[in-house]
Amino acid sequence: MTVRTAELLMAIMMGIFSIYLMYKSAELPIGWVEDEGPGGGAWPFWLSGIMLISCFGIIYNWYRKKGRIASSKKIYIQSHVLTEVGAVAASLIITVALFSFIGIYGALPLFLLFYLRVLGKHPWFFSITFAIVTPIIIFYFFEITLKIILPKGITEPLFIPLYKMFL
Amino acid sequence: MLEILGLLADGFTVVFELQNLLLIIGGCALGLFIGAMPGLGSVNGVAILLPLTFLVPPTGAIIFLAAIYYGAMYGGAISSIMLGIPGASTAVATTFDGRPLAKKGLADLALTGAAFASFIGGTIAVILFTFFAPPLAHVALVFGAPEEFALMMLAFATFVGLGNDDIFKTLFSICIGLVLSAVGFDIISGEPRLVLWDIVGFMHGVNFLVLAIGIYGIGEMLWTVEEHCLGGGKSMLSDATVTVKRTLNNIKLLAKTWKATITGSLLGYFVGILPAAGATPGSLMAYGIAKQMSKEPEKFGDGALEGVCAPEAANNAASTGSMLPMLTLGIPGSPTTAILLGGMVIWGLEPGPRLFVDHGDFVWGLIASLYAANVFALLINIAFIPVFIKILKTPFTILAPVIFVLCLIGGYAPTQDMHDVWLMLAFGIVGYLMRKLDYPLAPAVLAIVLGPLAEPALRQSLIISDGSFSIFFDRTYSGPIIVVAIVLLFLPLFKIGYNKYRSLKA
Repeated sequence: MTVRTAELLMAIMMGIFSIYLMYKSAELPIGWVEDEGPGGGAWPFWLSGIMLISCFGIIYNWYRKKGRIASSKKIYIQSHVLTEVGAVAASLIITVALFSFIGIYGALPLFLLFYLRVLGKHPWFFSITFAIVTPIIIFYFFEITLKIILPKGITEPLFIPLYKMFL
Repeated sequence: MLEILGLLADGFTVVFELQNLLLIIGGCALGLFIGAMPGLGSVNGVAILLPLTFLVPPTGAIIFLAAIYYGAMYGGAISSIMLGIPGASTAVATTFDGRPLAKKGLADLALTGAAFASFIGGTIAVILFTFFAPPLAHVALVFGAPEEFALMMLAFATFVGLGNDDIFKTLFSICIGLVLSAVGFDIISGEPRLVLWDIVGFMHGVNFLVLAIGIYGIGEMLWTVEEHCLGGGKSMLSDATVTVKRTLNNIKLLAKTWKATITGSLLGYFVGILPAAGATPGSLMAYGIAKQMSKEPEKFGDGALEGVCAPEAANNAASTGSMLPMLTLGIPGSPTTAILLGGMVIWGLEPGPRLFVDHGDFVWGLIASLYAANVFALLINIAFIPVFIKILKTPFTILAPVIFVLCLIGGYAPTQDMHDVWLMLAFGIVGYLMRKLDYPLAPAVLAIVLGPLAEPALRQSLIISDGSFSIFFDRTYSGPIIVVAIVLLFLPLFKIGYNKYRSLKA
């Protein structure tokens, strides 16, 4: 896909999103409400309207081939970029998905290990040490010092003795 | 005048509390590091680290974040000079002459020059700040809802008029930020509003930090991953010889650049005050003017010391300048100050002119901390140049996962809701894809911070005027402000028309 094609697709998607936002805003009154002033939906409705008009503007410029992006024939995401950035993005999505199941202290070491060993090609020993030490620092800083309880999923029971000790 | 000095002295007593002093030193060092790492700038650092500041009281938190902001302005120069890659966008102009100097074996001269120029720029700006801010805040005390709304329109209009980005994309970015800020509940009727796809998580709104960390943390890192796999050089690191004798000699050479440094400082400060402009264009303009003023303009681009000093002075001055409208009017002057402003709201401080009256200790503590941050950033920078050069050798594949981890936790910490982590990830990925198409994203972050302030201001104004927009034009202060905003909004159209007229004439 070229940058030019991506430009059009993005503008269309954002245009559709703007229409959806207008539709959602219109659940509340978008005009003048007697004794109350502008209705609750007015502000987001008209702003979404400007978003939609901007999308038309972007598509108009695309049609005229005006600007660097609209006339670019370059590839939008080259294959090696797709592999690298895609791998990072996918690993992040999987990590967040795992937060609710095996908890942050299960998911983060896996993420770190994957990133350091597979993507970074660092030695095993370094990667494993790093993947273990970082969550310990995080536990100390967030849970003990800041008292922010992070999601633990099924690992919750393992932390009860630690809570008793520190909190 | 004397009153201001007295208040400043009170501010210093806040700064010299041990905890705050440590926060300044830590913030400066961290900022230097963040600024020095290619791909990370002050805005990324402040966005990612803001959730960590819940530990300390608001004054300490903002002092810490402001020190990061400041340190990053110093640090950006390090990788510009040593790697030829700007450590932050604000240090782009520093590569033009800093890199050639490093190639000539004069990296230490360029680094010392950058540090001292940053110090002078920062100090001049903070002195101007000290004397400009109180009168401005005083004038702003009479501002009501129409003036507040007019000022916010002015901030957005500067993005359109002076931002140099695609106008439609800028408008889109501003509006999506404002709409996202409207998600949750309608503040006046109390009814749920814009609960997207009826997902319950949207009921508590879209936290500005979720967008800021998404864009400046996740999105920025994905962007850097792409840049690095396209050949971000690790082997291009220059060597710097740092000895006391050479440093003293360098300082002597620096004395000759005073004109460029001072011009850069003043220019940077005033450009920094404008919301859309900020430190990057400020430093580029300072570079251009230093070249014009120079007796040897041909040396620029080939290792002119003025070419390092002017933009470095300007970016530090601009970072201070951008805090002026943030503290006095409640309108941020840069994306970083937008995040600071959002932080102030979280800490329970209402931004705007009343801040000087109601929370004087907070404001003056911050101002005094800027003086101190300047001194510490200079000392840390000069003393630890060799250490920072070593840090630059840290492989990106170690730094990146750590930052991702901080982002994920930073997205979770403020609300402790997994919904926000998902949303942040989505903003990061979509933001990255949009950035590849030149959508400016800073306006969206500014808008999501200002949205909750802009909407009530507009609604109150319209209630006062019974629905007539003439209220914005009739009042003493809001009238001129809104007119300037409208002119800026249509400035790109004037430019197109003027260019057409010129080409027709030719």
